[in-house]
Amino acid sequence: MNKFSWYEATSKVEAQREANSTVSETIQPDADPEAAVFKASGIDLLDLMKEGLSKPAKLVSIRNIPGMDEVSYNKEKGLRLGANVTLAGITANPQIKKNYLALHQAASHAATPPIRNMATLAGNLVQRTHCWYFRSKELVCFRKGSSTCFAHVGENENHAIMSYGYCVSIHSSSLAIALTAFDAIVEITDKNGKIKLVPMKEFFVLPSVDRTRETILKPAELITAVILPEPKTHTVSYYIKMGSRRSQDWPMAEVAVVAGLSGEKCKTANVVLGAAAPVPFISKAAIDAITGKTINETTATAAGEAAMQIAVPLSKNGYKIPVFKTIIKRAILSLGKPPENVIDWALPDRIH
Amino acid sequence: MKYKRKKPKTEKTGRISRRGFLKGAGITAAGTVLAGSGVLKLQAQTEEKDKTLGPDAVNIKIKVNGHVRQLSIEPRTTLADALRKELQLTGVKVGCNRGACSACTVWIDGIPVLSCMTLAVEVGDKEVTTIEGLAKDDRLNPVQEAFMEHDATQCGFCTSGMIMTATHLLEHNPSPTEKDVKVALSGNFCRCGTHPKVFDAILDAARKM
Ligand SMILES: Cc1cc2nc3c(=O)[nH]c(=O)nc-3n(C[C@H](O)[C@H](O)[C@H](O)COP(=O)(O)OP(=O)(O)OC[C@H]3O[C@@H](n4cnc5c(N)ncnc54)[C@H](O)[C@@H]3O)c2cc1C
Ligand code: SF4
Ligand code: FES
Ligand code: FES
Repeated sequence: MNKFSWYEATSKVEAQREANSTVSETIQPDADPEAAVFKASGIDLLDLMKEGLSKPAKLVSIRNIPGMDEVSYNKEKGLRLGANVTLAGITANPQIKKNYLALHQAASHAATPPIRNMATLAGNLVQRTHCWYFRSKELVCFRKGSSTCFAHVGENENHAIMSYGYCVSIHSSSLAIALTAFDAIVEITDKNGKIKLVPMKEFFVLPSVDRTRETILKPAELITAVILPEPKTHTVSYYIKMGSRRSQDWPMAEVAVVAGLSGEKCKTANVVLGAAAPVPFISKAAIDAITGKTINETTATAAGEAAMQIAVPLSKNGYKIPVFKTIIKRAILSLGKPPENVIDWALPDRIH
Repeated sequence: MKYKRKKPKTEKTGRISRRGFLKGAGITAAGTVLAGSGVLKLQAQTEEKDKTLGPDAVNIKIKVNGHVRQLSIEPRTTLADALRKELQLTGVKVGCNRGACSACTVWIDGIPVLSCMTLAVEVGDKEVTTIEGLAKDDRLNPVQEAFMEHDATQCGFCTSGMIMTATHLLEHNPSPTEKDVKVALSGNFCRCGTHPKVFDAILDAARKM
């Protein structure tokens, strides 16, 4: 890692006064050598720094700002999760497990137990893509300022199957998949202390719009919370992650489904795919396939098929299509069923 | 557009900033001297002590295994490096150095975290526990003993991380199922394939505790 100075902020104002850049800016060729950036738990930031991709002059720690890890609930406003709530904190919260099961499942299947003890909600949303070309210092790809996307003709088995332009990276945040399905809102405090409420689906930026960043965040803008709207009666949800290993691995495909049921009938639905596109992908086709219909094997299968209609796989990731079809179907069929111990699903009885 | 942070007035302009003056005069917290004196009090509130540390080595105190230790480290020093290289607590192992293997697991305030992805400067007054801190009065803890009995280690590189994770599990869940153990250990990688014996050892330790 490069040498940097350290600032332990004790208030939001202090943190915002000290920060002058974003981590995404520090990765670009025109990075400010004086860049000062926010650090939450640092899992993503230190990884980029250890690789030599990001060389900020100063880290501004926001991890210990009082109140930023609070969870509060209000019947009108819904559930407000402070930006610094950890993935383990989300997993352990009984209210989240009860009312926002898909979020509980997304958090409890991400990364590993010690990472979940450290990693924060906001850091998870703002982490950069895990495209291995992007993560390698030697390879200056299109996203880092050159004109070449190595994944197009290279090892693209983990890459996008839809909604991509020249850059075919996939979005890294599992929490974002569930949060988008719940129509969550990102609370951002700007440099002047003004609060902006940005719907999850407007928070992420496609590389075809701006290849240098993945979120709308500007320097010194601080995510202060994520707000989940109060769940309507009969709202149920489910999330499934498929990875090549059952633990630790990044998803090869993931899906979050949130639906309003009336008996077996699906009144409203939201289906969001992860590891499919450069941003969380809202599958309108899958939503249409189940909205107004009775949930059963036929409609759930149809939703998976419909979602994959627009997929255009790359040379090595065609396998994702049947995987997505299967997990979309399974997630829809699991809606409203008493959640079996979700960890059971992650780890079978014997792994040896 | 970039928001540039206002730079303090520097040598270039030939003027000394107030903050610089106070520092030069050996006054650390402006408020303590100026408090109570009208206009100055107001200024004192807006002018805080610059808390920036580094980038060169800084002196910090860190509480490890019940002892307060003094260190001189650069802010970029990871907790794993500080423990191993500065404090000779080499029971802490660094495998991947990127958060992927959990070999470097230590506890901060009793919670298992990755010391390779933690900076030593950020620990503050929290309490760090390493594998060296588990034995009580020269007696290994039951998980350590069970690992020996069950021959649950080969090269040993993953072992201290496994034991830190497992001890934490048993402190919070004294009679775990095999599944609980697997879930808790699901981040701890072992290249030598000791997992079956590790699980047996932990379940055995639970029975004996
Ligand atoms: C082995 C491994 C496996 C993983 N598997 C998964 C997985 O399956 N699913 C998944 O989702 N993730 C996974 N991760 C990623 C991990 O969850 C993220 O790296 C972590 O959540 C980042 O959070 P942090 O607090 O460490 O962020 P940091 O590294 O501290 O920050 C990340 C970015 O967010 C910015 N930031 C942080 N907080 C704020 C804020 N409040 N306002 C504005 N900007 C902010 C920082 O400036 C930085 O740009 C994995 C990581 C590893 C190492
Ligand atoms: S997919 Fe995007 S991030 Fe990956 S190599 Fe191509 S341009 Fe770079
Ligand atoms: S050495 Fe820290 S996780 Fe591998
Ligand atoms: S004993 Fe060698 S890595 Fe586990």
